[in-house]
Amino acid sequence: MSLFEFDAVTLSFGGITAIRNLSFHVEKGEIFAIIGPNGAGKTSVLNVVSRVFDPNEGQIRFDGRDITKVPRKGVADLGIARTFQNLELFERASVIDNLRLGRHRFERGGTWQSLFNLPSHGRREDEAREAVEAIIDLLDLSPWREAMVGSLPYGVRKVVELGRALALEPKLLFLDEPASGLNSEETRDLSFWIEDIRRDLGITIVMVEHDMSLVSAVADRVLCMNLGSRLALGTPSEVQANADVIAAYLGT
Amino acid sequence: MRFRYHTRYSDARKLLPWTEGRVAYLLLVLALIAAPFVLQRFWVGELSYIFILAIASLGLMILKGYTGQVSLGPAAFVAIGAYAHALMLDAGVPFAVSLCLTLIISGAAGLMIGLPAIRVSGLSLAMMTLAFAVIVEHVLGRWKTLTGGFSGLPVETPVLFGFRLGTPTAFYFLCLAILIITLLGLVNLMRGPKGRAFVAVRDSEAAAWGLGIDVARTRVEAFVLSSAILGLSGALMAHHVQHLTPEGFGLLLSLELVLMVVIGGLGSLRGALLGAVLIGFLPRLISMAKPLLPAQVSAQFGLEIFAYGLVLAVFVLFEPRGLEGRWQKTKAFLTSFPVYRRDTFRRQKTYMRSERLK
Ligand SMILES: Nc1ncnc2c1ncn2[C@@H]1O[C@H](COP(=O)(O)OP(=O)(O)OP(=O)(O)O)[C@@H](O)[C@H]1O
Ligand SMILES: [Mg+2]
Repeated sequence: MSLFEFDAVTLSFGGITAIRNLSFHVEKGEIFAIIGPNGAGKTSVLNVVSRVFDPNEGQIRFDGRDITKVPRKGVADLGIARTFQNLELFERASVIDNLRLGRHRFERGGTWQSLFNLPSHGRREDEAREAVEAIIDLLDLSPWREAMVGSLPYGVRKVVELGRALALEPKLLFLDEPASGLNSEETRDLSFWIEDIRRDLGITIVMVEHDMSLVSAVADRVLCMNLGSRLALGTPSEVQANADVIAAYLGT
Repeated sequence: MRFRYHTRYSDARKLLPWTEGRVAYLLLVLALIAAPFVLQRFWVGELSYIFILAIASLGLMILKGYTGQVSLGPAAFVAIGAYAHALMLDAGVPFAVSLCLTLIISGAAGLMIGLPAIRVSGLSLAMMTLAFAVIVEHVLGRWKTLTGGFSGLPVETPVLFGFRLGTPTAFYFLCLAILIITLLGLVNLMRGPKGRAFVAVRDSEAAAWGLGIDVARTRVEAFVLSSAILGLSGALMAHHVQHLTPEGFGLLLSLELVLMVVIGGLGSLRGALLGAVLIGFLPRLISMAKPLLPAQVSAQFGLEIFAYGLVLAVFVLFEPRGLEGRWQKTKAFLTSFPVYRRDTFRRQKTYMRSERLK
């Protein structure tokens, strides 16, 4: 049984079919990339998983369990985290608070303790802080710890968003174009982090990415989508050599 | 220049890490305690009123400043709190019990508006809350058997543990105590998980859902908390005016409250307090300035509304982050004096959705 299974899923918006009868599965410990031209439906795959949209047909399974009907707020509790193509950060909060919010699923309740600032609340806050500091170390975010996210350069924001997703302690992490807008140095850092995340934290990664050099460097398998359906699936070199993939990118 | 070194994570949770800060707040509290014994009776009443406004401002700040939900009718919840409290006192409910029940009643009113508000935001929510405020004002005016209509409802003197708090000084301390308790509670709540969730909902609903925050529920919670505190301020307001009439809770009060949080600086409790002080004193400042103004100007009606508009315009143009933003800059200037850089607070370019890379 695979960790994550996408089984004959279709999603349409009125006349537009964003995902058309798409199936694939992701193994535990894998780095799985999704590529495809603009409008291929890559982000829609992530949106269906995080329950932004209900699929019209098909089933999504995680750890063998059907998650097509879990409530939107319940996806994080399953251990599924994501980042967004157009950065969805909490702009008017500090980097620390953004990362802390990544841990929200461990921080529910305790409202009364926090109201009276009881010692038990303090201990919980300190534990959360410790977990967050580990991520700050991993991603070299310490110079920006207390800074407002709204005042940070774009490259740092992307890292903060990655850190926030890691703070959730996910089993499965979806990254939507993590390298877009990054310079080559930042992209190289990112590729190291992605490998560290898999190796040291044991997190399975699904990433949507346009940068083929990054995909070839880190991905085990690649799914190429076009117009909502699967065009090719295989190792990065297989997919890059596939005639249909080349045609789709050249637009013929 | 000064740096904050923490040797323990709990150091970061201290409210007032610096000695100067602790001394400054201590002096402020001492000054506020001494104030009623040195000030004239009129100013004691005036300060009590500012405290009441500050409580209301804190309540609205939770909704507008922390969860980003626009309300144009906060006065409705102040009114509900005021009338509920006055009617309960009338019916013989003890003062302290009545205050607690007022919190619950106005919180329930907030729930009533907050639940349908899940579906709307921005302008629609503003319109909905405005309509609610107008309806509440009308109901209070028409339901004569209960509220006394426009001829008003007298409010009994507060009695706490057998002491009559009838004098301005006693009432002053009551308001100050409730303000401090409310403030401390909110400070704790807003720096904890709940406050962070509020901010998350304000800044990005998509990300908040993705992290397991129930956005709809959080928005309603903010509505309930905010309304409960607005209602609490209403209960004190009832004692301050001593005779409730619906006009006292009209659009002007709503406007004042909205101005307090916007000018104070959205997303900051200190901003809510600073805004309340500025907007609360503005009518006094105007009446004191009147003799100095040319006769044609000082004879005009609506000078206050004009001043509110002017203050708002000045802040929007020159200090969009409000009094809180000014405060932060002044503090940074003083603590880093010879090396302060004007650009410290300049925002990095913000990335609009359309210009972000695909
Ligand atoms: N909320 C929506 N309502 C209507 N149509 C949508 C919506 N979201 C996506 N679509 C459409 O679905 C299709 C797939 O969009 P999607 O965002 O998944 O593409 P993508 O592969 O992520 O593209 P890009 O590389 O540009 O990010 C597009 O035609 C898009 O216009
Ligand atoms: Mg996309």
